[in-house]
Amino acid sequence: MRIGIVCPYSWDVPGGVQFHIRDLAEHLIALGHELSVLAPADDDTPLPPYVVSAGRAVPVPYNGSVARLNFGFLSAARVRRWLHDGAFEVIHIHEPASPSLGLLACWAAQGPIVATFHTSNPRSRAMIAAYPILQPALEKIRARVAVSEYARRTLVEHLGGDAVVIPNGVDVGFFAGAAPEPRWQGTADAPTIGFIGRIDEPRKGLPVLMRALPRILAARPGARLLVAGRGDTEEALSGLPRQLHGQVEFLGMVSDEDKARLLRSVDVYAAPNTGGESFGIILVEAMSAGAPVLASDLDAFRQVLDQGAAGELFPVEDADALADACLRLLGDPDRLAALRETGSRHVRRFDWSVVGAEILSVYETVTDGASRVAADERTGLRARFGGARP
Amino acid sequence: MTFTLLWIAAALVLLGIYLSWTAGRLDRLHARIDAARAALDAQLLRRASVAQELATSGVLDPAASIVLYQTAHAARQAEDEQREVAESELSQTLRAVFAEPGTVGAVQDAPGGPEAIGELTSAVRRTPMARRFHNDAVRAARAVRRHRVVRWFRLAGHAPFPLAFEMDDEPPTTLTADGTPR
Repeated sequence: MRIGIVCPYSWDVPGGVQFHIRDLAEHLIALGHELSVLAPADDDTPLPPYVVSAGRAVPVPYNGSVARLNFGFLSAARVRRWLHDGAFEVIHIHEPASPSLGLLACWAAQGPIVATFHTSNPRSRAMIAAYPILQPALEKIRARVAVSEYARRTLVEHLGGDAVVIPNGVDVGFFAGAAPEPRWQGTADAPTIGFIGRIDEPRKGLPVLMRALPRILAARPGARLLVAGRGDTEEALSGLPRQLHGQVEFLGMVSDEDKARLLRSVDVYAAPNTGGESFGIILVEAMSAGAPVLASDLDAFRQVLDQGAAGELFPVEDADALADACLRLLGDPDRLAALRETGSRHVRRFDWSVVGAEILSVYETVTDGASRVAADERTGLRARFGGARP
Repeated sequence: MTFTLLWIAAALVLLGIYLSWTAGRLDRLHARIDAARAALDAQLLRRASVAQELATSGVLDPAASIVLYQTAHAARQAEDEQREVAESELSQTLRAVFAEPGTVGAVQDAPGGPEAIGELTSAVRRTPMARRFHNDAVRAARAVRRHRVVRWFRLAGHAPFPLAFEMDDEPPTTLTADGTPR
């Protein structure tokens, strides 16, 4: 099958959506499909052979943070050329409802279009204002995919219609087969707790974990917290009494291999996120590596953890509850072993072999008897008045 | 005077562009519904065919075979008005037949069994998918057709008002996506 995938965010900036697209693309290529990814990237960044650059993304303030977006004639022309050269049977657009390359591609293409909605942001004022403009582009999408039941619910509330739920994929074998690192492994007296995520992003919840730490260390003085992720370590430690600083170890940005080894080594993996999560891929990765998961009770996390059967949940932002739950887990080796066991069984449905097959089912459902994807010639006023297109 | 006429002419041209654009948009939505409906039909037919094959294969016990054959046959032969009910009954029968954990294993042990289970698994998974895509297209078209402009200028032409396809499409829990018993 000839497949085109549109990545909304810069290929050279690491992020969940980019990793998802990279893994999906590599999985489908390994199955023998012909595939091309259109992504924003600087023209001089080295790209994998299957990625086509849509030009440099421009940073603009949007929705309270800085988004790097593609717009303008140059990007639109590149999208058209990519559609024309690719002759795709299906194109798969990610995040079509945010002002990004995804929306641009949706606007410019016609034919079998599949779209995945990743985030479940509350509806923004800009979105409401742009709704009449957005709707004609979005109604070209033949199949909508949401990454979780939670994301689907937000999608239905905001845009109407329906979507099928296909979770994000994880290479379970990669995490399950990683070798534990003795430095990061705990003992009965000195267990290790793992945390992976941006240190300076409060929604990842490191401050909550830091507030819980004194109580955990009071009961288990030898315990160590291993933090992987970038950000200001001084600031992260500022709330913690000085004599406890030695129990926190910052590993900085880690490679995929080290991430897998870290997850294989720790006694408990903590995910104290406070919101803004629509899926929780890191929980699936932790479970794949056999790490018992202790996560805040967000809708998305609750669903990934099978309503709490595959991991422990604690009330969001409740540091005391986090400390209690953590101590309870560390004091109960049977429960830890049971969590490792259920977790490893539960994650099989998130393996790329299953998720990739589901996504291919969607492609096949929309391409059944349909013509190929083509550039939509109806969008330009020039075209309407018979103007020639370069 | 000429100035007013120019204004009216400009307004008419703009209205014309808008109407032509909306008509094109509606046309594309109707094409999308047709494609989605064809895909849904194909999935339903595939599902009924595999069910019928299983029913006549002699792998299942006689009672299950008869019930499955009957509902699969009814689903394939149903007229448009009875289709939703007939397909829902097939879903219920499939759930009843595959409710027993041993059934999937028994079919898989028979010659050609793994293929049959694979086909059935894919069909029962893709039916709800195709149905969601179809009903999503129907909803989008209905939203546009309810517009005043579309009704006043009869932009939808003679195309029938699109109807959603409502049925019970819950797959048997023993048939998971990777085809192994849970």
